[in-house]
Amino acid sequence: MTPEYKEVLTELLFQLADDDFIHAFRGSEWLGLAPHIEEDVAFSSINQDTMGHAVIYYKLLEDLGMGAADDLAHLRDASAFRNGVLLEFKNGSGEYLDSPQYDWAFTVVRHLFYDVYKKIKLEALKQSNYEPLANAARKILTEQTYHLMHWQTWFRQLMQSTEESRARMEQALLRCWEDMGGVLTYGQYGDEMTALGLIGSEEALKNTWLAEITKLFSEVDYKKPSDEPKMAHGNGRNGEHSADLDHALKILSEVYRSDSQASGW
Amino acid sequence: MSDVTSLAHLTDEEKYEHFMRRIENDEKIEAEDWMPDDYREQLIKLITMHGISEIMGAFPEKEWVPKAPTLHRKLAIMAKVQDEMGHGQLLLRVAEDLLKPYGKTREDIMQDLFSKRLKFHNVFHMPSPTWGDAAVIAWLVDGAAILSQTMMLKTSYGPYGRALKRICQEESFHSKHGESLVLSLAEGTPEQRRMLQEALNRWWEPLLMFFGPKSSKETGHTNVDKNLKYKLRSKTNEELRQEFLTKYVPKIKLLGLSVPDDTLHFDEEKGEWIYQEPDWQKFKEIIKGNGPKSDERLALRRSSYENSQWVRDALAEYRMAAV
Ligand SMILES: [Fe+2]
Ligand SMILES: [Fe+2]
Repeated sequence: MTPEYKEVLTELLFQLADDDFIHAFRGSEWLGLAPHIEEDVAFSSINQDTMGHAVIYYKLLEDLGMGAADDLAHLRDASAFRNGVLLEFKNGSGEYLDSPQYDWAFTVVRHLFYDVYKKIKLEALKQSNYEPLANAARKILTEQTYHLMHWQTWFRQLMQSTEESRARMEQALLRCWEDMGGVLTYGQYGDEMTALGLIGSEEALKNTWLAEITKLFSEVDYKKPSDEPKMAHGNGRNGEHSADLDHALKILSEVYRSDSQASGW
Repeated sequence: MSDVTSLAHLTDEEKYEHFMRRIENDEKIEAEDWMPDDYREQLIKLITMHGISEIMGAFPEKEWVPKAPTLHRKLAIMAKVQDEMGHGQLLLRVAEDLLKPYGKTREDIMQDLFSKRLKFHNVFHMPSPTWGDAAVIAWLVDGAAILSQTMMLKTSYGPYGRALKRICQEESFHSKHGESLVLSLAEGTPEQRRMLQEALNRWWEPLLMFFGPKSSKETGHTNVDKNLKYKLRSKTNEELRQEFLTKYVPKIKLLGLSVPDDTLHFDEEKGEWIYQEPDWQKFKEIIKGNGPKSDERLALRRSSYENSQWVRDALAEYRMAAV
């Protein structure tokens, strides 16, 4: 493995790991607050899977000598995170234990956008010339189909029901469209990732996403807000993030950081 | 032959006698079988309280789901709390079937919870300020719950017994998870040990309370008596508490932790544990909904429920349109 290959590979792995890690965290904040108990159980199972996927990627980084998986997840500064900014946004106002005013429409749309893309990305990663990554993608894909179905069902239902529901969903769609571009990009090393045979081209995957999402939109009589999604709040792939990520990382690492002498938890 | 048709010609008294004979013969009662109102009401009380306790039980642990120190612990506690929500779901469905003749639904259960008419276990009214609490909850609160749930496995109501069977299987993983958390802290730094000991101190009294008062003197005991008569349960509160002490006091000591009760000892002559009685007046207040965290957690449930009313409305409308 050349130093260049390794550098680009670790960039890609951090993107994959951080996306799932932060996304699973935002999902897990809903625990006990979902619209009904059945959803609480189902959503929580999805969050566990997603967190498990993050662990797989962090372990791949550990295997490459980047440090212990737990340190990678809990001790890096926000600027070292490579997740798309859309995924780090809070679920709504308030805190998860203190007056949470969480937005279910935003959650449904964000999950739908992300999971449609995640499936496309995993399909592409199956062809990766980094064999451990291709194997991980195959494994993760087996769970992804169910997740995607879950959010598609929510999307169809909430888009085709009451006026209030439709209005909330359209608002959420606009908001997610503003920053989905930051999930679809590979960041500054994107061309190298493809040239080195790690993953298919950013452009090709983005177009597949656009085609699939447009198809879902047309099913519920909705037109995409513009040609393609934007990246209004910065490019997380390059380490640009919102204050919401600092907030998330503080919670996620509070206990891990609390006792520097501890050798185990 | 189904109970419904064969009993049609009997008087209420005869039905009751027939029912009690079935109970005495250890037959299982099913949802569609004839049952006295008294039995149905006891079941509803027991199962809604159990179900809603599972759900409210997610809150003291919820804080520690994202904060769990390592990736491995994060996954484990996520799985654990999800199981608890799943138990709640399973039990509420059993309760919903029992409520049908009264024209009541899950909505009524939720409203009863919000108005404090429906009670939930004392332990879930308590604060859980550190990771040590998450460890003690999983080890000892779940440990206590396993004892009382195992005791109910042979309950005379079939659907409850079947739900409990699945619940108990999952609970055995929870206490293993809890044991592992506690062990890591007990073997850790002085800071980690202190965190664990303090959490144990906080949880000791609530744990003793968990099984309920010893005799009718403290709160009036008609529920326990009825539940024994109908074979919904097979042991008294005190029997369960004694079992708990026998099982866990040696383990606690083995970890080098101390129990915050100087009077605690096993009386060989009486063959039972002697312990400092918890404050039963405080217990009564707690389960009435006046515990340290009762209002905050109920408010959290209520506001999230109201906040997502539009979602449930949308689902109902969508289903209507689909028919
Ligand atoms: Fe449980
Ligand atoms: Fe449990």
